[in-house]
Amino acid sequence: MSKSHTILYLDGVSVSFDGFRAINNLSLVLDKGEMRAIIGPNGAGKTTMMDIVTGKTRPDEGEVFFDGQIDLTRHDEAEIAMMGIGRKFQKPTVFENHTIEENLMLALKGPRSIFPALFHRRSAAEARQIDDILGIIRLGDKRDQLAANLSHGQKQWLEIGMLLAQDPKLLLVDEPVAGMTDAETEETARLLKEIARDHSVIVVEHDMHFVRELGVKVTCLHEGSVLSEGTLDFVSADERVVEVYLGR
Amino acid sequence: MITGRFFAAGADRRIAITILILLAVAVIVPLLNLAVSPTSGFYVPSYIVALTGKYLCYALLALALDLVWGYCGILSLGHGAFFALGGYAMGMYLMRQIGARGVYGNPILPDFMVFLNYKELPWFWTGFDHFWFAGLMVLAIPGLLAFVFGWFAFRSRVTGVYLSIITQAMTYALLLAFFRNDMGFGGNNGLTDFKDILGFNVQADATRSALFAASAVTLALAVFVTWAIVGSKYGKLLMAVRDAESRTRFLGWRAENVKLFAFTVSAVMAGIAGALYVPQVGIINPGEFEPSNSIEVVIWAAVGGRGTIVGPIIGALLVNAGKSWFTGVLPEFWLFALGGLFVAVTLLLPKGIVGMWDSWRGNAKALRAASLAEEAGIDPVVPPPPQIVRSAATRPGDWSSSSPEPQPAA
Ligand SMILES: Nc1ncnc2c1ncn2[C@@H]1O[C@H](COP(=O)(O)OP(=O)(O)OP(=O)(O)O)[C@@H](O)[C@H]1O
Ligand SMILES: [Mg+2]
Repeated sequence: MSKSHTILYLDGVSVSFDGFRAINNLSLVLDKGEMRAIIGPNGAGKTTMMDIVTGKTRPDEGEVFFDGQIDLTRHDEAEIAMMGIGRKFQKPTVFENHTIEENLMLALKGPRSIFPALFHRRSAAEARQIDDILGIIRLGDKRDQLAANLSHGQKQWLEIGMLLAQDPKLLLVDEPVAGMTDAETEETARLLKEIARDHSVIVVEHDMHFVRELGVKVTCLHEGSVLSEGTLDFVSADERVVEVYLGR
Repeated sequence: MITGRFFAAGADRRIAITILILLAVAVIVPLLNLAVSPTSGFYVPSYIVALTGKYLCYALLALALDLVWGYCGILSLGHGAFFALGGYAMGMYLMRQIGARGVYGNPILPDFMVFLNYKELPWFWTGFDHFWFAGLMVLAIPGLLAFVFGWFAFRSRVTGVYLSIITQAMTYALLLAFFRNDMGFGGNNGLTDFKDILGFNVQADATRSALFAASAVTLALAVFVTWAIVGSKYGKLLMAVRDAESRTRFLGWRAENVKLFAFTVSAVMAGIAGALYVPQVGIINPGEFEPSNSIEVVIWAAVGGRGTIVGPIIGALLVNAGKSWFTGVLPEFWLFALGGLFVAVTLLLPKGIVGMWDSWRGNAKALRAASLAEEAGIDPVVPPPPQIVRSAATRPGDWSSSSPEPQPAA
C-alpha cells in the first residue's frame, strides 16, 4: 500500500501497559486533507492512539508515518509538534495562570528556542494573528482574563485556538465538545469543518449528534483495533459496533 | 481582565520601589557607619553593617532559588551548593591575597597547604591570585555544575520529589568531598584568616561598608534581571512549563531547555551571593554545603512568598533577623522555631507574606469600592483605577503589562 498520499499511516501498531494491550495491531490511514471521526467505547484506545502519534507513547511494534515518509517513532513530542502535528487533549489543558492572549502567544507558530523567547517583542503581524484567532474562538472580550477563569467549554475553545495558532498540518482533537451546550457543540462542528478545509483532522468524540454534524468518514475502535469503518450510517448499523456499545 | 492588568502594573511598581530602596540603602547605610560619629543616634554600628550585608547575600540566594522553584516548579534542595561554590571561588582569591603574611610565611602556599606538606600549588588554584579570574570562576563553576546537572536531570525528565532528592544528594556529595583534606580546599577548616580584598583590609569599616553596598547593588540588579526574565515571553514559558509541562512539549517547546536555562541562571546568581558573603563573614568551610542550609533557603522563599520577586527577599531578611535574635535568646530552640514556622506558613500562608498581603489588599480594595458605590447610590461597579487608562492605551504589542518592558542588554 502506498503511503505517498497519506498524512498519517499506522500499520500493525501495538502497545501494552504492564501486559495489557491498549492498542492491538491497529492500522489506520488518513489521506491528506481528510477529516476523520473516531468513535469507540471507553478504554478503546483512542487517546492512546493519539499518544503514539504525538510521541508521548512509543509503540511496541508497528509503523507510524507522517506525511508519507516521516517515521514518527523516531521523534519526540517537541519535534513532532514542530513537524506539524497539533493536539487537543481530552481534558482541556491550557495555561491557567496566563491570560487567553498569552496562551495563544505561546502557541503561535515561530521559533522555539530560548534566546528568541527571552528577547521577543510582539510584532504587528503576530498581534493581528492573535486578534484573528480570538475572533474565531469568540474570546475577544476575554483576552486579558486568566485562562483559569474560563468555563469548561471556553477552555476547549481556547485549546482549539491554540491549535490554530500553531497552524499544524494535522490536528488531533480529543473530545472537543465534552462539557459544551448544544449551541456550542454545533458551533464547534462548524468551526472544525472550516478548519478541515485546509488541514487534515482526526476528531475523537462520543457525541453522535456531533459526529453526524461533521459528516465525515467514521472509524470505530474497540480493544485497541479497528472494529468498523465507513459512513456513520454504515458504522452504526454494523452489528459488531452495536454489540460493543450495547453489550456492556 | 482589568484587575489582572492593574495588579500587573502594581507588581511592577513594587519592583521599582524595591530596587530604589536597595540602591538608597547601599548609599545611606555606609554613610551612617562611616561619616556619622559613633555617639550620634544615627550611627549604624559596624557589626550591623556586616550582619545586614550577610542577610542581603541570603536574600540574593533566596531570589535565585525562587526563579526555579516559584517560577518553574523545580524544588531545588541543593542551592546551598552553588552558593558555597561561589564562596569557595572568592575564598581562594582571598587566600592567595594573604601572600607571605600567613603563619608559615610561605609567599605562594596558603597555610593549610604548608601544614599538609604540599610542595606546590595544586593546578586548580592557578589564576586565583587575580580578582578577575576568581570573579569569572564565581560565575562559571556554579553555572557549569548546574548546566551539567540540569542537562542530565531534565533530559531524562526527572521531576518532583526525585529531582529534589538528587539536588540534595548533589550538595551532600560536595559536602563530603570538601571535607577531605586531600581535595585541596582546606578540609573541614575551610578557607579563612583573610587579609585583603583588592588591596583593602577586609576587616576595615570602609571595606565592610563597600561590601555591604556591593551586596545591596547586586541584589538590586538581580531583582531587575529576574523581573526582566519573568516578564519576557520566556518567563511566560517558564511558568507554562511549571503549570503544564507536557502541554508546552506538544506546542513544540523543549521543556528541558526551558528549565536548564533558568536553573543555570539561578545557580550563577547563587554563586554571586556566595562570593559576596565570604569576605563579609571572613570564612568559607564545607558546612555551607550542609543539606539543611539548602532547606533553610526554601523556607525563606516560602515564608516571603514564592513565585514573587519581592517575597523571597522579605522572607530571607525576616527569617534571618529572627534567627539572629532567637539564637541570642534561646539558641537550643531555633531549629524547632524554624520547623514550626515552615509548618505554619505551609498551612496558614500558602502564598507567603507577599501573597497574603496581595489577597488582603485585593479584598480591601473591592470592599472599599463597593461601600463607596453604595454611599453614592450607584451600582457597585469597581471604578477603573487610573493605571488602567494607561495600560489600555499601550499597543497590544506589549507582551506582559502596561509598563515599558526592560531592555536586557542584547
Ligand atoms: N499510561 C498508561 N498506563 C497504563 N494503562 C494505560 C495508560 N494509558 C492508557 N492505558 C489504558 O489503555 C486503555 C485505553 O485507554 P485510552 O485512554 O486510550 O482510551 P480511550 O479510548 O481514549 O477512552 P475514553 O473514551 O474513556 O477516553 C485503557 O484501559 C487505559 O486504562
Ligand atoms: Mg480518551
